[in-house]
Parts: sequence; C-alpha cells; structure tokens
Amino acid sequence: MIKVEGVSKRYARFTAVDSVSFEVEKGQIVGFLGPNGAGKTTTMRILTCFLPPSEGKASVAGFDVLEQPMEVKKRIGYLPETPPLYPDMEVVEYLDFAGKLKGLRGADLAKRIDEVSAKTNIGDVQSKLIAKLSKGYRQRVGLAQALLHNPEILILDEPTSGLDPKQILETRQLIKGLAGDHTIILSTHILPEVEQTCERVVIISKGKLVATDTVDNLTNRMRGSENVGVEVEGRDGALDAKAVHQRLEQVSGVSKVILREEKNNRALFEVESLQGHHIRADLARTVVEGGFSLTELKAVGMSLEDVFLQLTGADQPAAAKETPNE
Amino acid sequence: MSNIFAIAQKELKSYFVSPIAYALLAIYALISGWFSLIAIANFIEMSMQGGGPADLNGYVIAPVVSNAGVLSLFLIPMITMRLFAEEKRSGTIELLVTSPITDMEIILGKWFGAMAMYACILGVKLFCLSFTFLFGNPDWRPLATAYLGMFLQGGALLAIGMFISNTTKNQIVAGATTFGMALMFWTFDWATTFKSDGWAKVLAYLSLTAHFNSYARGVVDTKDTIYFLSVIAIGIFLTARSLESLRWRS
Repeated sequence: MIKVEGVSKRYARFTAVDSVSFEVEKGQIVGFLGPNGAGKTTTMRILTCFLPPSEGKASVAGFDVLEQPMEVKKRIGYLPETPPLYPDMEVVEYLDFAGKLKGLRGADLAKRIDEVSAKTNIGDVQSKLIAKLSKGYRQRVGLAQALLHNPEILILDEPTSGLDPKQILETRQLIKGLAGDHTIILSTHILPEVEQTCERVVIISKGKLVATDTVDNLTNRMRGSENVGVEVEGRDGALDAKAVHQRLEQVSGVSKVILREEKNNRALFEVESLQGHHIRADLARTVVEGGFSLTELKAVGMSLEDVFLQLTGADQPAAAKETPNE
Repeated sequence: MSNIFAIAQKELKSYFVSPIAYALLAIYALISGWFSLIAIANFIEMSMQGGGPADLNGYVIAPVVSNAGVLSLFLIPMITMRLFAEEKRSGTIELLVTSPITDMEIILGKWFGAMAMYACILGVKLFCLSFTFLFGNPDWRPLATAYLGMFLQGGALLAIGMFISNTTKNQIVAGATTFGMALMFWTFDWATTFKSDGWAKVLAYLSLTAHFNSYARGVVDTKDTIYFLSVIAIGIFLTARSLESLRWRS
C-alpha cells in the first residue's frame, strides 16, 4: 500500500532523512518510532506530498508522490503534528470547509461530518469555536478532519501528544478500531504506544532507518532481559561496594553488574539479567543475607535510546560513537 | 471551480469572523465620508460663486474617486497580509497543500476572497456617492469607469500583496512590505519630474497613478486595462512559484 524506496531529504546543511526504505501492507497499523528530530515528520510529509523527496521513490496505493500527487492526496488522510485548525471557525464550519477541500459536497458531506464526529467523539462541541477548545478536543477535531473523506490511508503525526491519559487511551482505541479498513502510519516517540496500537514498527534515528520489525519480535528482543536498580546501604557505617558487587554477580541469571553511584555508605548498582531470568527476588535475598541493608529495588525501564542501541548492536552511548559530520 | 469558491468563501468569512472586516469598513466609512463632505462643501461654494449648480461629476465624484485610489494603498496591505502568512504560521497551510486541490485553486480562491472583501469596502464609498444621485443628476458613466479602475487597481495590488504574504510567516512584515511596494508603485511617475526619457519613462509607465487616472476621468483605455491585468497575472504567477518553492525549502 505504501512503498518507500531509498528516500532521502537533504537540505543545504543537513540531511533530514537518509535513504530510508520500508513497505506497509494494506490494513496494517505501523508505528513510526524515533526520538524528536529523527526525521519522522519529514518522512510523513514526503508521503503526503507536502515535501518532495530529494532522492528515491515513494508511492502510495501505487501512485508516485511526485508524478501523481493528486491521486495520492485523494487517498490520504493526514493529521500533522499541530492539527491544522482555524481558531476563528466553529467545529462544524471547519469540518465543512475541510470536507469541501477533499471534494465532498452537499448531503454526502453532511453525512460524513456526522459520522466522523461520532467516531471521534466531538459531537458535543460542534458549534463551539475552535479557539475555545481544549487541546484534547483540538486533536480529535484534527483527526476527524483526516477521516472525513474516508481515506484508504491515514498518516497521523503524534496523534496522542498533549492529551491526558484518558484521552490517550480513547485515541489509541479509536485508531485500533480504524485498522483493517484503513492502512495507518502513526508516529510517536512513546514506546508503549507502539506496543499497544501497532502491528509493525519502523524505527528511525537521525534520519536513518534502524529497524523494521513486528512489534512482537521487537518486544521480545527488548523484554528478554531485565534491568534492575539496586540500592544498598551498609549496616554499620562503612560499605564495601566491591564486596556487594561480587555477591551480586554471583546471583544466578545475572549477566552484568554496573556500579552507578557510590555515596557515603550507600551504593547504587544496575543489574542486568540474562534472557528470560527473573532475578529480583534472588537479588534481594543475596543483599540481605550478606549483611547489608536493601534500601531500594526497582525495575529500570528501557529508554528509547537503549532500544536503539540494542537494535543497532552498539553498547556504547550514542554520543560516543557519533562522529561529528562537519 | 467549486474548490476555488469554497476557499474564496472561507477567506471572505474569515474577515468577518475577526474584527478585521469591521475595522476596515469603519475606518473606510469614516474617511470616505470625510472626503465626500469636503468635496460637497467645495461644490456648494463653487455653485454659490458661479450663480448656478456647478459640475457634480467634476467637483464631487472625480475628487472622491481619485482619493479612493490613495486610500486603497493603506487598506490593501491590511487585506492581504494575512492571506498566506497566517496559514503558514498556524500550520493550516499543510491542510490546504495536502488536500486534493491544485495550488492554483488555492491561490485563486484566496485572491477572489480578498477581492470580495475589497468590493465590500468599495461598497461603502458607493453608499456615500449615492447621495449625489439622490439630490442631483450627475453622469453615472464616469463613476462606472472609475469603479472598474478601482477594481482593476485593487486586484493588481491584492495580487502583489498576496505574493508578499506568501514569502513570510509574519503578518506585520507582509503588511509593511506590501504597503511599501504599493507606495512605490503609486509614486513611480514622480521620476518624470526631473527626467523625461529613458528609465524615467519606464518607471512612469509602471506607475499605478497614470493608469488609474484615466479611469477616474471616465476613460477606459485598453493600454491601462492590459497594464492592470498583467500586474494581476504576474502577482498570481509569483504566488504560485512561491507556494511551490515552499515545498522545496521547508
């Protein structure tokens, strides 16, 4: 449905997207994952014919974005990062205008406005000025706009940003409900969002494609090992951090122990487990049995950066291996 | 065609849902009324001196109409400054450009919308002048040509202003630049005060004043009409190129 082949977007001073290729099949929800500034928005803008690619080919539903933009635009519903709303308009007025831009007229348009308003739950603000809406409502009006002409493909740039937890949940549910009929690409920098809504993930960082995989595969790769933060305190004043370090390393299932911080008689370790081992209970027992006080034990979440590093197979921090390109 | 209409309608509406339209109309009504009052006072004095009614067209309609040309220099930047600058700043340009409509439909829609706003403003002036028809018997034909001239001149300035609005995200910059350009175009013929050939002649030809004056006098000259139509075409063409370049640059 969507085919991106070696697409780059270069500017005079930097490369926003660097030969990215991926494919999306009909009816799939694909998460476009990457930190801010990774090139997600640029790639989406290329797909929506807002920006032309500098190199490579991108096609949507079999139509090239450069050669047949009109056919592409007809098939795409696009929600940019900031919803493109006119604050001076009432919601229904705005949807009416957006519908006309997408070629809907008359009774057809009125029917579609009702349908998408119901779907996105904005029925109660129809005659409110957009300027007076909360961020959550604005986001949903933007989504309603993207759905108006019932497009085959939806491109949503950070659809849940700025929403409260309940609205995020509702929006995710809504997007999930749209899959099947629509092919969806959504961008986000929030990892759990991809896990909960998407079937496939495309990960990009600094303009380059890092990985494309199914969510299941990705989470297995990430979840295989457990990272635990352990804070230990000495019972009688001084603490021998080295001794603790050794004891922790001997716990079965532990692959790596790193001393993060040592202060007075406290030490903070980060312990990584081998694939498929649960080590927290054993860690706690080891510390206590060794005559130390366990002051904190917590699962350390994996940051997006860690995921990237794991996926790219690097074990140094990104900053260290990055070569300056001036 | 209906896409152009949809955009023009939205543009015109957006003037009236914001205070812009009311401010422009009120200011124009005030100034236009003042100009008409002065012209009529002048006309009355002339009639008293001459012993009979003086020429209504010459003493009332002609001065009011030629002042209208100057007034439009100030008003048109205020109409055009938001056309694209606002869409670019708020991001709504993404909606327009990613919708299945052509750039030309967007541009023409906006231009017609601005023209409709300008027409509303000119309507205020017509209201002032209608009193001369109520109490006198002036010739309507010079007024009709003057209106044609005002439309053409307005259309030309609106097209230039629209182009300038497309080059920036900042409305103030767009407005100020448009005002400066309009004033330059208005005063190009001053060059002839110290030089009467060569480049001064070219500048004088480019001047809006010279072309507008014949309409104000009741003359429709093909040369002037072609001048205004070509400025409109150039403005629209430049806007189209500028909108296209937005995609390559941003």
